[in-house]
Amino acid sequence: MLLPLIYLIIRALDADAAAWSALGDASSLRLVLRTALLALAVAGASLVLALPMAWLTVRTDLPLRRLWSVLAIVPLVVPSYVGAVAFIAAFGPRGTLQEILSPLGVDTVPQIYGFAGAFLALTLFSYPYLLLVLRAGLRGIDPALEDASRSLGMGSWRTFLRVTVPQLRVPITAGSLLVALYVVSDFGAVSLLRTDTLTRAIFIQYQTSFDRAAAAVLGLELVGLVTLILVLEWLYRRRGRFHGGGPGTPGPPRLLRLGRWRWPALAFLAAIVLVALGVPTGVLLHWLVRGLQAGEPFAGAWGAALNSAWVSAVAGLVAVVVAIPVAIVAVRKPSPLAAIVERVGYTGFALPGIVVALSLVFFGLRVVPAVYQSWVLLVFAYLVLFFPLALGGIRTSLVQIRPGIEEAARSLGGSPGRVLATITIPLLIPGLVSGFALVFLTAMKELPATLLLAPIGFDTLATEVWSASSEAFFARAAAPALILILVAALPLALLVAREHRVER
Amino acid sequence: MVASILRRSPSLLIVIALLTFALVAACGDGDDSSSAPQPSVSEQPAAEAAPQETVSTPEPPASEEEMPAAEEMAPEEQMVAEEDMSAEEDMSTQQTASEADMDDPLTLTVYSGRGESLVGPLLDQFETDTGVDVRVRYGGTAELAAAILEEGDRSPADVFFAQDAGALGALQDMGRFTVLDDEFLDRVDPVFRSASGGWVGVSGRARVVVYSTQLSAEELPASIFDLIEPEWSGRVGWAPTNGSFQAFVTAMRQVYGDAATAGWLSAMIDNGVQEYPKNTPIVQAVGDGEIDVGLVNHYYLWRFISEDPDFPAANHYTDAGEPGALVNIAGVGLLGSSTNQEAARVFVDYLLSETAQQYFATETHEYPLITGVDPNPGIPGLDTLDPPSLALTSLADLEGTLDLLREVGALP
Repeated sequence: MLLPLIYLIIRALDADAAAWSALGDASSLRLVLRTALLALAVAGASLVLALPMAWLTVRTDLPLRRLWSVLAIVPLVVPSYVGAVAFIAAFGPRGTLQEILSPLGVDTVPQIYGFAGAFLALTLFSYPYLLLVLRAGLRGIDPALEDASRSLGMGSWRTFLRVTVPQLRVPITAGSLLVALYVVSDFGAVSLLRTDTLTRAIFIQYQTSFDRAAAAVLGLELVGLVTLILVLEWLYRRRGRFHGGGPGTPGPPRLLRLGRWRWPALAFLAAIVLVALGVPTGVLLHWLVRGLQAGEPFAGAWGAALNSAWVSAVAGLVAVVVAIPVAIVAVRKPSPLAAIVERVGYTGFALPGIVVALSLVFFGLRVVPAVYQSWVLLVFAYLVLFFPLALGGIRTSLVQIRPGIEEAARSLGGSPGRVLATITIPLLIPGLVSGFALVFLTAMKELPATLLLAPIGFDTLATEVWSASSEAFFARAAAPALILILVAALPLALLVAREHRVER
Repeated sequence: MVASILRRSPSLLIVIALLTFALVAACGDGDDSSSAPQPSVSEQPAAEAAPQETVSTPEPPASEEEMPAAEEMAPEEQMVAEEDMSAEEDMSTQQTASEADMDDPLTLTVYSGRGESLVGPLLDQFETDTGVDVRVRYGGTAELAAAILEEGDRSPADVFFAQDAGALGALQDMGRFTVLDDEFLDRVDPVFRSASGGWVGVSGRARVVVYSTQLSAEELPASIFDLIEPEWSGRVGWAPTNGSFQAFVTAMRQVYGDAATAGWLSAMIDNGVQEYPKNTPIVQAVGDGEIDVGLVNHYYLWRFISEDPDFPAANHYTDAGEPGALVNIAGVGLLGSSTNQEAARVFVDYLLSETAQQYFATETHEYPLITGVDPNPGIPGLDTLDPPSLALTSLADLEGTLDLLREVGALP
């Protein structure tokens, strides 16, 4: 997990004084501030979207809530450069929205280029990180407290705000952190929507002056910003107990009847899904149909789909397996050292993918040449990049398990291994599933590390989409992109269906 | 124990099913990929790697270090490696090395900054025509250049096929390329190759003004200097991070000087020029009617037209002789660390052959760079463009251009 950081330090040592002194410039400072502001704004807005969505799909009798669960999470796999292009096609100065409005005399729509546009697009493509973590968190809450609250005369709304939300502090902070760090690392959306962030500045160093040292200095600056964000999050979540006092396993929650509120609730979900998933899908379908009409062959990309699916699944499993002990130590035996070790893992997720990829090129070829550019190194790259996703998901569930249950099992003679296997892990299932899903879905769309570290000829859906769209073969990009959405939706649908069956 | 977990948590079943599926797929794939390209590079006889003029000769200790890796390889790969190793023991002369090559087909690893959709068919054709076994890693030109620099002497790449001269120049400056044979260099106009011979252009692209067909001919700018007039306010797009755009700015600096160039850049920004990350979104924006003109390379337009014959945009060439009509190249360089120099030469030779040049003319709508192959009839010939007579090598002062772009605020 430390490899990208060590790599940055090694490279930054080559940097000349000018690159270092540029860090103090006003323009550099503005860059850091803008990046931080964008990350905070997107995290905040994602929370506003994801909290009611999670509650509606987990705790209420919303019609078709399984379907909504899947549709609301799937936008996670839309690569941000595809999402941004679709966003421009729909809401740009001459996009579909303007076309629809033009008969009404509307000639200009609100400017989507710039901070506001990047903020909107990134919110729509990263709120699912929070949603997945929140859903796991909600499912782990003991409903007894809420029942008690209601029986004491509090309304549903006040129960939600005063009882449920405070218990969700860990998933809220963990999920918001993931969203914020994803925003820090994003390149596709900010470059297309013209917002300068640290990551864009790092890319420009590689792209224009081929200056790895100057890029590394900026990379370290980004690590500094991330450290600050992590310290803030740590201060916020340090205290508190999040497990119930009742029986170990939460009973099945009673689903809240929405009554006539179901219509606004449905409209809310439908609106978000329409923009976050409908818009990119619509634009992709448009490309596909237009290309087919012009005589482009339809290319299925099923081989790439298989590659994407298995390598992402392996990455998800490896990440979950590695994250379990880390989460257990961090939650059960908290110490400053454990806290630092846990947080170091976040640098890989916050750094631009190209930096992590280059660090593994650097170390891979020197330390383990036998696996260089093999799928083993690729899975390792995904682990370095996405480990915090697994950790965030698992941690959320772990804090909800009362340590007393484990202690009781041990006092009854259970060996630590047996307690882990029969008590802790089964109770952790919601977190394991959300951690796996987060890594799986994010790895499916990963691009920079896949391009540099996958075995030669190992095409994934993400590389196919990129390769075609970067040369303006939009029709050829559309098919793999649509398959990407499908391949992501299928396992999600299975997981959600299981989840709901367990609840009954 | 396991059974009890499963009973209590059916959703784990799905995860396990995915794992099983993944492992099966992984094992099937692992056989040919886990020992992938890298051993073939480091294990081949050092004698074969004879780069004449580079800083990077593989050192013998390095290849000894690699030997144990052979034990981890799949059986069939191991045999090949053993052959190579025994070959190394038997012979020390170049002659026997090439004899060994005759038994095995030549292999070649290409890092291509040009997309598979564009050059994939050409590389397949190369394989068929020459029998060389080609493996291609596709990626962004800048990212692959950075990767080659990080890989150093152990790079699996034999050849770098890049989108722009800037990346080739950067690798040449870092001593990654071997000097190409004059036989190859001489086929191309000196304007389109490195003066020191580290890289050679294989196809050309002209800087053009792509415009919306809503505009009439009289409205089109005769010169790029017209674009700073108030009538063009907010109607122009550019891509300041793009290598071709930067080459064009460097050319401007040489023709008009730094002060005039900075003046033009500032005036463009003051005139509300719209910024895009690269060429394709500019062409898209012109087609959408978001902007009226854009400064791009000429050949992207054909991609849009092939998917949408009614795409409402066309290319306009500014006045002859001004940098607006500069011609850039996509080109190749041969890595000094390559142990497949022979195959790499076959490849460079092929790219500069009539077959490949004709492919660039007809399939990618680029300019062929060898004499005897004409560009696509749909685009004006290189001779009619009369670009400023600047060798691309003389556009090497990228750093100066970047400083200028930062100074005026076109780059962060």
